[in-house]
Amino acid sequence: MLLVNCPYCGARPEIEFRCGGEAHIARPVQPSALDDEAWAEHLYFRTNPKGTHAERWLHVHGCGRWFNALRDTVSDAFTASYTMGEQRPDAGKEGE
Amino acid sequence: MRETLGVAWRDLVLPAKVPDLEVPTSIAAMGACARFSLRLPSAQARAVDQAGGFALSGGVNSAITSGGSISARLGPDEWLLIGPEEQGDALSQAIEVDLDGRFFSLVDVSHRNAAIAVAGREARAVLNAGIALDLDDAAFPPGSATRTLLGKAEIVLIRPGAECVYWVECWRSFAAYVHGFLMEAAREFGPHR
Ligand SMILES: [Zn+2]
Repeated sequence: MLLVNCPYCGARPEIEFRCGGEAHIARPVQPSALDDEAWAEHLYFRTNPKGTHAERWLHVHGCGRWFNALRDTVSDAFTASYTMGEQRPDAGKEGE
Repeated sequence: MRETLGVAWRDLVLPAKVPDLEVPTSIAAMGACARFSLRLPSAQARAVDQAGGFALSGGVNSAITSGGSISARLGPDEWLLIGPEEQGDALSQAIEVDLDGRFFSLVDVSHRNAAIAVAGREARAVLNAGIALDLDDAAFPPGSATRTLLGKAEIVLIRPGAECVYWVECWRSFAAYVHGFLMEAAREFGPHR
């Protein structure tokens, strides 16, 4: 079974978790000021990289907390977990 | 502020039994308990240390037992507090007094959960029929508690003390499923009570 590292609980079985999609997507402060294209960009367009991907994960059947994790979309290996609000640990190297 | 006090009566979902430690596995539904779900920011918990006699000083996924009470920390800001049924109102009032002026939520969940004790030397094997966690002493020592899954049901697993007795807390409506699951898993280890 795949183990996912929760920043609060440590390594736990994957069935305790739910994935919440790509991380670090900031909601526009003033959505009404955006045109349709920019709003659609925020709502629907994701990076979908081949390689390291920053994702939101919820430890729903554990501590109940959201956190961020880096997962390789090819090997499915998790390389880092970090709490919400923390900077991406490999910042500056996205999409490698 | 709680406006109504008094213990509402509700039948146990499973008949209560006393765990039998002499057999390889004993699966016994527990009697009624007073239970509270406490949410409190971790910084506040460090400042108060305890509330209503329940220790709040343990780390995430720890359980601190004192007398007949268990304080299980399920997350950075969440506790499941279990005490004697007849002390329910007194406990909630004491917790509110100790946390007065702080930002917290205290919900009485006494009747939401049912508790099943899994005991005996094969208890771990029975639990691991449906729990994916490592329950070895090194990974889940006495004084551990966590929310997890058993089969298809969400449970809270608590190991209050050193002996091989595990508390499985599940929602009342899951109790028949959880109890049946454990009984079936225990068949492998011969006759049990
Ligand atoms: Zn967790």
